[in-house]
Amino acid sequence: MEYTISTLVENHAGVLARLAQLFSARGFNIVSLTVAETDDPTMSRMTIVVEGDEKVMEQVKKQLNKSIDVVKVYDLTGKNPLVRELCILKVKATPTHRSEIIEIVDIYHASIIDVSHQDVTIEATGETSKVLGIIKLLKPYGIKEIVRTGKVALARSLNI
Amino acid sequence: MKRTGSEILINGLIEEGTDTIFGIPGGSVIAIFDTLFDYSAKIKFYLMRHEQAAAHAADGYSRSTGRVGVCMATSGPGATNLVTGIATAYMDSIPMVAITGQVATKMIGNDAFQEVNTTGITYAVTKHNYLVKDVRDLPRVIKEAFYLAKTGRPGPVLIDIPSDISKAQTEFKKLPEKVNIRGYNPTYEGNIKQIQQAAKMIMEAKKPVIYAGGGVILSGADKELKSLVEKTGIPVTMTLLGLGGFPSLHPLSLEMLGMHGTKYANIAVSDSDLVISIGARFDDRVTGKLDEFAPHAKIIHIDIDPSSIGKSVDVDMPIVGDVKLVLKELLKYVSKCDIKEWVAYVKDIKKKYPLSYTKSEKVIKPQYVLEQLYDLTKGEAIICTEVGQHQMWAAQYYKYARTRQLLSSGGLGTMGYGFPAAIGAAVANPQATVVDIAGDGSIQMNIQELATVSNYQIPVKVVIMNNMYLGMVRQWQQLFFKKRYSFTCLGRHKDCSPICHGPGSHCPDMVPDFEQLAKAYNVKGYTIKNPKDVRGVLKEALAIKGPVIMDFRVDQEENVFPMVPAGQPINKMLEHSVT
Ligand SMILES: Cc1cc2nc3c(=O)[nH]c(=O)nc-3n(C[C@H](O)[C@H](O)[C@H](O)COP(=O)(O)OP(=O)(O)OC[C@H]3O[C@@H](n4cnc5c(N)ncnc54)[C@H](O)[C@@H]3O)c2cc1C
Ligand SMILES: Cc1ncc(C[n+]2csc(CCOP(=O)(O)OP(=O)(O)O)c2C)c(N)n1
Repeated sequence: MEYTISTLVENHAGVLARLAQLFSARGFNIVSLTVAETDDPTMSRMTIVVEGDEKVMEQVKKQLNKSIDVVKVYDLTGKNPLVRELCILKVKATPTHRSEIIEIVDIYHASIIDVSHQDVTIEATGETSKVLGIIKLLKPYGIKEIVRTGKVALARSLNI
Repeated sequence: MKRTGSEILINGLIEEGTDTIFGIPGGSVIAIFDTLFDYSAKIKFYLMRHEQAAAHAADGYSRSTGRVGVCMATSGPGATNLVTGIATAYMDSIPMVAITGQVATKMIGNDAFQEVNTTGITYAVTKHNYLVKDVRDLPRVIKEAFYLAKTGRPGPVLIDIPSDISKAQTEFKKLPEKVNIRGYNPTYEGNIKQIQQAAKMIMEAKKPVIYAGGGVILSGADKELKSLVEKTGIPVTMTLLGLGGFPSLHPLSLEMLGMHGTKYANIAVSDSDLVISIGARFDDRVTGKLDEFAPHAKIIHIDIDPSSIGKSVDVDMPIVGDVKLVLKELLKYVSKCDIKEWVAYVKDIKKKYPLSYTKSEKVIKPQYVLEQLYDLTKGEAIICTEVGQHQMWAAQYYKYARTRQLLSSGGLGTMGYGFPAAIGAAVANPQATVVDIAGDGSIQMNIQELATVSNYQIPVKVVIMNNMYLGMVRQWQQLFFKKRYSFTCLGRHKDCSPICHGPGSHCPDMVPDFEQLAKAYNVKGYTIKNPKDVRGVLKEALAIKGPVIMDFRVDQEENVFPMVPAGQPINKMLEHSVT
């Protein structure tokens, strides 16, 4: 199963290395990891997606909590968090296929951010399923290059 | 007043209570050592002969006193040499501060002379580490390092100080009063509901047993443990690192459990219906085959580190907190348990399956040496060990009455630990008799410290159980690899037959001759070959003020029993040699 954890960590040199080593030392399998500064420049938010069973997950959380650099750990798994992922794809676009590709981009509310004679570059944002969907549809045209951020996630506010 | 980084460091250490440092100087710490020169009245510096030994000495200082041990090394090879010692302390949760020099900040990352990424290398073996890039951070870092080392689950903390930082100046009077680490909040008080639940489980149990570990000693909870046992009447077994947490000779003591534990401890745990784990971490040397560990028992687990709980065994009642505080609370809710039959049974198996070995008048038995040592020191010595068979015999045959009496590398199992640890223990406890129980293999891993004990006249007594083998490995080869003694004979000579299955009259002389070696270092040495001489030599050696090396030529193929073969349940013990 896939687990999504959001953590607030100290924003200083070496933190990422330390946490990465914590994962590798225990053989935890990381699906994705994103990290960037928060509104408080002394802290970063790190979204980690881990693959494993419940026991692995317990250890991941405990080990993260144990690290002096980790300020807070939120387990978002199963809590229907707000999840987004960004993907940039460079797709082969011959004149015959160009309009089909643009149609797909429109359907997915993605956007074209660069064009050349041979290809178009597309930015797609959304839940992972959406990103996977557009990748699947564009694959037959020939994906030249692709980059994905991996998930970023936040807990939903409680509805009144 | 403006102070240099070095002055801030040394004054900070003094403020934190450091009176002793073990280490070796070098280029990147030369300014720090220059400052140390002026502080000899307040800090005693011990010049060791290898940085690994400096770290073990700081560890021995710490284990024998509970205070934070401090070691110091230069950048590059000095720092990498410390790593084994830091890892040893980390595995056994020993509070320590290691200080390393680093190349100047502007050179970091340039593959400068004697540069290694010390914080990178030690991430995995420290509780936390710091690279100080601004001298103004140093006071906070020192304060935090000591705080982290000794609070919560203790452990080693490393401070890496670039050479320009120790020379740079800043305004300094004192360390900050308080630490403020927002990501660090150990839980000390146990959850009261869980403690009450645990008390209920204890009162309802018919066959309870207490499994006490290093956490009892780290927490200083031996009195509370004793009260718990005396109030409830529950028998106690201890891990290697828990020995001394409860008196070994108490009628309710089952001594050590696990791979080389007593048969009665292992049977009691296997038959129990409730295991009360107090500051122990269910190491695989203790549990044996995991699915068959205490198969009929519910488990209560008291530990300060949530990540220890549920790591290997599933726990019925977890209590996160400090052993001492949790036991104090627990004591309010328990009374005498109704377990007469169980206790009678436990006392019966204790009588039925005592620790035993085949006595001999011809050849020295290592167990006999330990019995004599126990008797002559009245059970009061601080015992350090290396790693191997001798370590297990020291756990079995010396009886520990108080905490911080046995210093042994349990988690990492570091050969070469005992001798330098004994140095640390001896300088921290000048009144105590400090003995290193060694193997002829292990002692050679830090033998250079003979120079240290000789120069400073540190009165460590080294007992070498010399079997001319890497005995613990040889034992496994004998029992599980058809006696194929592959590269475990320490006497092996170029003229020896390539296939050798054991010792005999064909064997060459032992190298080195430890008595002669001691002499070269101006240390008193003995070689003992006859069982009749064991007691006399021990007595003479213990009366000597300075360091002594005793080379006991023991039965070469003596084995440690009982023994749980790896991967077996702990009640399936081997009790005799199967040669
Ligand atoms: C050759 C060899 C053979 C060995 N054979 C055996 C054997 O037969 N039997 C055996 O027992 N061991 C044996 N060992 C040692 C074994 O490997 C482990 O090191 C040992 O069992 C661990 O002891 P422990 O569980 O007490 O844990 P420790 O490593 O001492 O850990 C202490 C636990 O207490 C917790 N703690 C720390 N401070 C506190 C506090 N203030 N409050 C609450 N909790 C706290 C920690 O979080 C940790 O979980 C052997 C080692 C070697 C090298
Ligand atoms: C640094 C290190 N290297 C290797 C080992 C593996 N090992 C464990 S016990 C042992 C043999 C120890 O021999 P010795 O010190 O002579 O003690 P004995 O078992 O003979 O009492 C070895 C090689 C270890 N624990 N530590």
